[in-house]
Amino acid sequence: MTPKTLVDKIWDAHLVRPETESTPAVLYVDLHLVHEVTSPQAFAELRNRGVRVRRPDLTLATMDHSTPTTPRSAGRLQVLDVQASAQLKQLETNCEEFGIELFGLDDTRQGIVHVIGPEQGLTQPGMTIVCGDSHTSTHGAFGALAFGIGTSEVGYVLATQTLLQRKPRNMELRIDGVLPRGVTAKDIILAVIAKIGIGGATGNVLEYSGSAIRSLGMEERMTICNMSIEAGARAGLIAPDETTFEYIAGRPFAPAGADWDAALARWNQLAGDEGASYDRSVHLEAASLAPMITFGTNPSMAIPIDGHVPNPSEAGSGPERVDLDKALRYMALEPGQSLLGHAVDVVFVGSCTNSRISDLREAAAVMRGRRVAAGVRMLVVPGSRNVKREAEAEGLDRIFLEAGAEWREAGCSMCIAMNGDQLAPGQSAVSTSNRNFEGRQGKGGRTFLASPLTAAATAVAGAIADVRTLS
Amino acid sequence: MRPFTSLTSSCVVLHAANVDTDQIIPARFLKTIERRGLGAHLFADWRLDEQGQPRPDFPLNSPDAVGAAILVAGDNFGCGSSREHAPWALLDFGFRAVISTGFADIFRNNALKTGLLPVALSTSAHATLLEQLAESPRAPVAIDLESQTATLPDGTAHAFAVDPFARHCLLNGVDELGFLLEQDAAIAAYESTHTAHVCTR
Ligand code: SF4
Repeated sequence: MTPKTLVDKIWDAHLVRPETESTPAVLYVDLHLVHEVTSPQAFAELRNRGVRVRRPDLTLATMDHSTPTTPRSAGRLQVLDVQASAQLKQLETNCEEFGIELFGLDDTRQGIVHVIGPEQGLTQPGMTIVCGDSHTSTHGAFGALAFGIGTSEVGYVLATQTLLQRKPRNMELRIDGVLPRGVTAKDIILAVIAKIGIGGATGNVLEYSGSAIRSLGMEERMTICNMSIEAGARAGLIAPDETTFEYIAGRPFAPAGADWDAALARWNQLAGDEGASYDRSVHLEAASLAPMITFGTNPSMAIPIDGHVPNPSEAGSGPERVDLDKALRYMALEPGQSLLGHAVDVVFVGSCTNSRISDLREAAAVMRGRRVAAGVRMLVVPGSRNVKREAEAEGLDRIFLEAGAEWREAGCSMCIAMNGDQLAPGQSAVSTSNRNFEGRQGKGGRTFLASPLTAAATAVAGAIADVRTLS
Repeated sequence: MRPFTSLTSSCVVLHAANVDTDQIIPARFLKTIERRGLGAHLFADWRLDEQGQPRPDFPLNSPDAVGAAILVAGDNFGCGSSREHAPWALLDFGFRAVISTGFADIFRNNALKTGLLPVALSTSAHATLLEQLAESPRAPVAIDLESQTATLPDGTAHAFAVDPFARHCLLNGVDELGFLLEQDAAIAAYESTHTAHVCTR
């Protein structure tokens, strides 16, 4: 038998109909996550056509993108934006009408869709998971084939629990060795994207392997898979192992008892077979990595934090040069300059990339006994209400508040600037989120993507700072 | 879905690679629950100034752009967010096709499902097209989905690839949902032999 990769195994196990020349495969979906922004038009389509939701029991909805994160008053979240409020109400109506479980604003489990799936134990190895959101790649950290879809496809999955798919190519990203001090999962993925490029993994599932990946905890693996889409990947993927199983065990939706044993037996068969081949392999040495930060307007424009902004005149004459020129103009940066010491207005710790408890612990470890520099606004936004409670139980909220940071409610917040949290034109931010596109964090805002450690060090210094040399 | 068979139109050229969907339609316009009306916000931050007035130097505002149903842009068009609002906005603005050398996966999928044709030309054909449009900005390009060719202003025809099933849907103006709903028996058979991994209720 030909040796199979992890993707091959998941793919084959979900074929309702194999692909042919003329028709893509009909692929079964094990879990469909839904949020308020990309679903209303899909539910409307179902209603138009008189179709019901085929498997509400495999569907879960939450509210995250357009929800405000301003602290609750008397336990209630106030949604002042009229359009956002209508959108959230629409999701309630849709879930009610179609019988879908919703983690609404009053639910203690509410949070960013890619934080709550794993947190609840819904994300499990070997599953197919989709959501109308590109960062669905996050769930690949568990060895699940998870990818983002558009609103039309949200409708198809609601109606049939399947999708028409062509099998993706499979690219291996192998990282071996031991990470240097101050280098985190976020730095790994920024280095990967910088190496292979913003479209470098288009059409591929990116499977991460190697000893450096094996040594990472689940939350760090999620950070890496989360940003796979920023290199154009269809999905990110990491073969499940003991670390994975340990993380899932005991979570609310995780299998238990005899089901757990059966699941473990299944999950242990998932890793790629000896000798299975990839369409392409790329290798990085962990020891060569440094804390990374972006300087430009897409996530591949990243450099080591003590590096220098590249010079467009050295980027040839093609589109790269045009892109780079435009990016530096937008970011108000000079070719060849260092970013260390570059003043910022805002520091944002949050988003589905870096808003889990380990991220908050890292940021808090830097903030403890230090203060946010004068003139800098720091927002710390937990990824879910569970993360928020856990952080508060550990006293992390006190550390942030005493340092002068804002401690917010769970949501996407300043990652996407459609919920009231945003940069003003011309402001600069170091952000732990995943996109530095023009205006992503607010029209005219300038984003530098980095790890929670770098973000916290920057908040303290008031300017971009290297956590390894923070005084 | 509106069928797509063939199209002959002038083009607008956007000289940028890696155009992300946050530029095509900024997130603040995604609070809508409708598909319609998004054209007003297409490329909002590039196309309009602080007062909401058209920026004269933006290609879509050029007099040459009037009536153009084809957008020509650089490689990796539509990267980033999965928002289908991006092709909705392009269609609502009046575009029926985008020509590039490559598209981000989710954008390509979304476009095909909404009736906006993504046309990926070879790097050389794309460069030739840009040269010809630089010379005569209003020159027409003809796109024929049946034969999967784009005919440039100089009359040369260039092939482009489209998934056969997506092509069938576009030519006939049907979406994939009809096909998937017809798979009911196969889906039920699959479900009867595969127990669900989770139950969300
Ligand atoms: S945190 Fe940002 S990237 Fe993640 S789901 Fe929310 S808006 Fe999307």
